[in-house]
Amino acid sequence: MPPNAPPGLRLTRLTLRDFRSYPALETGFRGRIVVVTGENGAGKTNLLEAISLLGPGRGLRGARMGELGRRAPAGPLPWAAAGRFENAYGRFDIGTGTTPAAEGCGSAERRAWRLDNIPLRSAGELAERVAAVWLTPQMDRLFQEGASGRRRFLDRLVWALEPAHAREVAAYENAMAQRNRLLAEDSRDTAWLAALEDAMARHGVAVAAARRGLAARLNAVLAAGVTGAFPAARLDLLCPLCEALGRDPALAVEERLRTALAANRARDAAAGAAAAGAHRADMALWHLPKRLPAELCSTGEQKALLVAVVLAHAALIAEARGFAPLLLLDEVAAHLDAPRRQALFAALAALPAQAFLTGTDPALFAPLSGLAEGFRARPGILVPDEEFPLPECA
Amino acid sequence: MSESEPIERLVGLLAKLPGLGRRSARRAVLRMLMQPEALMLPLAAALREAAEAVRPCAVCGNLDTRSPCAICRDPRRERGVICVVEGVADLWALERAQVHRGLYHVLGGTLSALGGVGPEDLAIRPLLARVAEDGAEEVILALPATVDGATTAHYLTDRLRPTGVRVTRLAQGVPVGGALDVLDEGTLAAAVKARRPA
Ligand SMILES: [Zn+2]
Repeated sequence: MPPNAPPGLRLTRLTLRDFRSYPALETGFRGRIVVVTGENGAGKTNLLEAISLLGPGRGLRGARMGELGRRAPAGPLPWAAAGRFENAYGRFDIGTGTTPAAEGCGSAERRAWRLDNIPLRSAGELAERVAAVWLTPQMDRLFQEGASGRRRFLDRLVWALEPAHAREVAAYENAMAQRNRLLAEDSRDTAWLAALEDAMARHGVAVAAARRGLAARLNAVLAAGVTGAFPAARLDLLCPLCEALGRDPALAVEERLRTALAANRARDAAAGAAAAGAHRADMALWHLPKRLPAELCSTGEQKALLVAVVLAHAALIAEARGFAPLLLLDEVAAHLDAPRRQALFAALAALPAQAFLTGTDPALFAPLSGLAEGFRARPGILVPDEEFPLPECA
Repeated sequence: MSESEPIERLVGLLAKLPGLGRRSARRAVLRMLMQPEALMLPLAAALREAAEAVRPCAVCGNLDTRSPCAICRDPRRERGVICVVEGVADLWALERAQVHRGLYHVLGGTLSALGGVGPEDLAIRPLLARVAEDGAEEVILALPATVDGATTAHYLTDRLRPTGVRVTRLAQGVPVGGALDVLDEGTLAAAVKARRPA
């Protein structure tokens, strides 16, 4: 990491109430690297999820509000999570959880945040202060499953840097769903279809341009070797719209998509979906030393590639926001062989970011002894790991 | 908590109003019941009067005690400029900002294929007839910056093209997803002044 790297954001205290498996938890973190070990089901991932929810978005499981409260016979309980953070400028508290739902408004899905106990007016205000990136076991299937998972992964990378991206994606999908409906109803209202295709073209090209921009910036970081001993990687977008944006002005690409959609109404109606558009994008991640796409790499190599992407992404966020985001690495060490694990620990020690690692086997984290603060997760509680003493100077 | 029937009925009716849940409705009812003479009976009279007197303007869709409405009858308004809005709330917001000196046309919603709102459900045919018959010079589309608002604006631009009328839209500056009636008057005024061809 360059010496002028922005300082990291630090979570120094976490308080949970009725969150997933935790009835009540209050714990302090003094390490810059925090290791949480415990059996499966002990609540390790829940802990990382709670931390991820202190930033914008739906957290590392992409969960809905109703899934987050601790289960009670009458249904999920109202929950709360609060974190005390330190950054280069001082200390602040972020709280989030179930909003005391205004009756009759029907929006129990809403989540609110408070900064130093004052309601935040926008997710943008939150993004200026808190950011987290993560790697979870769910991502292991990223290269085996369908393109939609990879698109979501890609869009999350974009969104963390450009919050407006989520709105563009939603607007695109909304216009597309409306066009699908009209086509399914055999509508002949060409003016209405053209209006929806215009929205698809405008939002679709904005989405593609943002994805293209992200890929370029991420590849620049990956090529610069910020990710240390991890394999050199490159992210390629498999998307005709993105390719067209490399050759032609955005307005021309928009116009072409508009024309293509109008020309293919009958075919799209028969297929039940549009043949062209931003919803068709996919991505490939290349292991450059082996010249192999990720799906042909071993599980360990895939994990290493994802670590490289996540670290590069964290560097991009640090550059954009002026602080290094929290790194939440769920069950990552177990999938890496010893040399790569060593490389990961070395990379984490060199980064300004605070990192939270989980795993079932404490022995895997032995090399971090003296560097990291250890905890044992047991159902509902977190206890300091006596065999993993607090580092002298974290 | 037990509430006698008239109270419960009143709470139920008030709770149907936008911005009022059952809890706020109950608070409002309690407050009124403390001063029935000073609050409740005048409110009841005002509700009856408004319900009997106010109707949609047959020309523009505005709500007024007369049809055509006061705006449509006002000889000082520019009759060649028609501002198209989604609902009466937007018309009133534009009037409060005092930025539009022409006439209005209330659509009564925006196109939504998923919500089952098609062109026939909106006052689009009357708009086309109005523009053709009255020979308007400009139609300003002051629709919300949502997918449905933009789709409706595109649709109207397309349908108005054969009439030859100049069609403009509010300038960027209306926040995406933003309804007009929550904008401050300065922003709204700037958006109307800097309108651009649709
Ligand atoms: Zn009128």
